Amino acid sequence: MNALVNWIDDRTGLKKLMHEALYEHIPGGARWRYVWGSTLVYTFTIQVITGIFLATAYSPSTTTAWESVYHIQNHMQFGWLVRGLHHFSAQAMTVLLAIHLMQVVIDGAYKAPREVNFWLGLILMQIVLGLGLTGYLLPWDQKGYYATQVSTEIMGATPVVGPQLQQLAQGGPQYGHHTLTRFFAMHVMILPATLVAFLVLHIAVFRRHGITVPDPDRAPGVAFWPDQVLKDAVACLVVLATVLGLTYFKGAELSAPADPSEAFSAARPEWYFLFLFQFLRFEWVEHQGLAFGAIYLPGLLMLILTAMPIFGRWKLGHWFNIAFMMAMMVGIIGLTGLALKNDAKDPDFQAAVKQAHDDSERIKVLAERPDGIPLEGAVSLLRNDPLTQGPRLFARNCAPCHRYDGHDGTGREVAKIVTKDGVKVRELEQATATDLGKFGTQEWLKGVITDYAKTFAPLSNAGEKVKKHFVDDSEMADWSKSHAQHWRVGENEKSLDDLTAFLQAQGGRVSPKPNLDEAAVKRGREIFTSGKLAVGQIESKCTDCHSLKPRGEETVLGESGTAPTLTGYAGADWLRDFLKNPGHAQFYGENNAMPAFGDRLSEKELGLLVRWMVGDFE
Amino acid sequence: MSQSQSQSDLNHSESYPEGRRGFMAHVLAAAIGGFVGLVPFASGLAFFLDPLIRKRKGGSGDGFVKLPITVEALEINGEPQLVKIIMDKVDAWNTYRNQPVGAVYLRRVASDKVIVFNQRCPHLGCAVDYKPAEKNYFCPCHTSAFGLDGVKQNDIPPRGLDELEVSIRNNTEVWVKFQNFRATTPDKIPVA
Ligand code: FES
Repeated sequence: MNALVNWIDDRTGLKKLMHEALYEHIPGGARWRYVWGSTLVYTFTIQVITGIFLATAYSPSTTTAWESVYHIQNHMQFGWLVRGLHHFSAQAMTVLLAIHLMQVVIDGAYKAPREVNFWLGLILMQIVLGLGLTGYLLPWDQKGYYATQVSTEIMGATPVVGPQLQQLAQGGPQYGHHTLTRFFAMHVMILPATLVAFLVLHIAVFRRHGITVPDPDRAPGVAFWPDQVLKDAVACLVVLATVLGLTYFKGAELSAPADPSEAFSAARPEWYFLFLFQFLRFEWVEHQGLAFGAIYLPGLLMLILTAMPIFGRWKLGHWFNIAFMMAMMVGIIGLTGLALKNDAKDPDFQAAVKQAHDDSERIKVLAERPDGIPLEGAVSLLRNDPLTQGPRLFARNCAPCHRYDGHDGTGREVAKIVTKDGVKVRELEQATATDLGKFGTQEWLKGVITDYAKTFAPLSNAGEKVKKHFVDDSEMADWSKSHAQHWRVGENEKSLDDLTAFLQAQGGRVSPKPNLDEAAVKRGREIFTSGKLAVGQIESKCTDCHSLKPRGEETVLGESGTAPTLTGYAGADWLRDFLKNPGHAQFYGENNAMPAFGDRLSEKELGLLVRWMVGDFE
Repeated sequence: MSQSQSQSDLNHSESYPEGRRGFMAHVLAAAIGGFVGLVPFASGLAFFLDPLIRKRKGGSGDGFVKLPITVEALEINGEPQLVKIIMDKVDAWNTYRNQPVGAVYLRRVASDKVIVFNQRCPHLGCAVDYKPAEKNYFCPCHTSAFGLDGVKQNDIPPRGLDELEVSIRNNTEVWVKFQNFRATTPDKIPVA
């Protein structure tokens, strides 16, 4: 054994190298305060190891990036763990970097003769931030996509060469395959290689000048090994435990696949850039132009950091540096806090976050179906999914008048910000048409029958003509009112169940699965034509005004008269025809006040909206 | 503390923590240091070994595929027919419907018997040609040759062509259990 070691040492000088690495002199003894640099090297090591393994399964293109990350996260052995380690170590690195920098400034470790090493450190910091930025895009999910768009737009705002820079980074005028290949190359080759080079220099120069010791006479000096190594190792263990904890309990996020045609209102940069995001939101910053807030000012801060070793030659300069560092930290933490606070009290943002979360859950369901992820990418799954697109179409097209369980379909309130007595307040917009959250279900039908006035009450806000026809002078409203006493009789509850079961069966809704047993539907049909209830009798029965051709039958019940025909009521075909032309004689005729959507929405959009409303999706 | 220390590193003379505590420090430093390094590496390695560890989802059915050719279309003791195997193919996150996944040679040897060989050469996996003039199968890669019955005719391949299970259904349909086998081995070992 010894002979082998000697043989190797003879040829490589390994012993001396090991000795230099392990027996660095630490005056004043090993201390916890020296661990920060080592934890940074450690997190970088985690990134290199997990990064190489992730690269064995990642595929950078717009139709495979998200898909391969999804596969890593959900199907590959320990994929969640490796990705989680990579994801959270990156964030730990940012935090440790800030601590390391603060300590260097406070301890005055940047002063002569360590100026060059301080500058090397600042370069390393830029590289680490660059790694974070490029890595954020690679999963090609909505979150990364829209956050990175902001970064490249800022790049485009650089004076003189901005547009060229942006195109070079993106690999073209828009995001596409080459944006990913370029970001990937930056993230896994160019930046890490540069980082390693500068890290070697940083550590070599650090070793040359030795550790910065505030009070060398505190305790007898020791060597780096084993006392300081032990402290460093314990610190790394704490970092690892934190990262593992986050990985296990929180998990690396993967939002829905990037879709340039789908707005992402939950877009935010990675949390450590939130301060800059918040800063750019101030109106006075906006007035100075994007380049000021996003380029000149951060540039100025970096310049001051760079100049610290020069200021540090004077005692006062050192105090200035510390004060500046603290002010910057307070500013960053304050702005970050403000950003979080603003988001927390913004219901629209909260709804957007929830929607983003729902989408990321929904895509899992869609991707796990037998056909899996189509070749054109997972994004098409969401684009063709009624449950995803229905609410959005509703919000854009229906919510200006209707509501869906009180909201706009996507969970957002329909509200506007108004200034009242100089204070901005949120005011809910009044609905001018019915709430369609339960449309076509038995519950809805019961509402129409037993309390028409309440169900259609919002129409009173839609102007005189509509109010007159649909509320004040509505025959159905009168009917509902004059027959109300029947429904107060307990025994008739079942009759109402049967009648509405029959009516709901006409639409053929898919979900919520109507509890329509055939017998109930049959009894309901009887009530529809005869008006006979368990107790009493409907004076003017349904067929006196409505006509209806029951599903699967050839005979038409009742005669088409003044009231809308109920054939296939609230079903997919009925709803599609209705949306296309609500003013058709079969529906509201000349009393109609609803816009026709036949030429506003494409067939595909109509189909998605209708399928969502009748519950026809998996 | 601006004085460089590196020159004195080699012959430093500071006090080592001696005895029990010093020993513990050595052991703990090595153990914890090793552990924190091992965790990311071991996780990554387990991830990398995914193809070996993970259970693949079993295909549905008995593994037989119907070929786009009928028994009648084949002449008894005629020339072998090359037919592509069309199957669904799962590739990581994608499922490709009806893709050519391989090819087989068919030869009818009796009115109700068809012999089917996988086109893959058992030597190193090239596609085997049929030579009508010599009435044998021939691999262009390293000149393996096989008779019409699939038996090897020289010593280059480790075994004869891989015969596949066939079932004739409804009198005319040819169904084949399509499998690939490991190259280079004298025995037929299916590739999972
Ligand atoms: S692969 Fe066919 S002869 Fe080598």
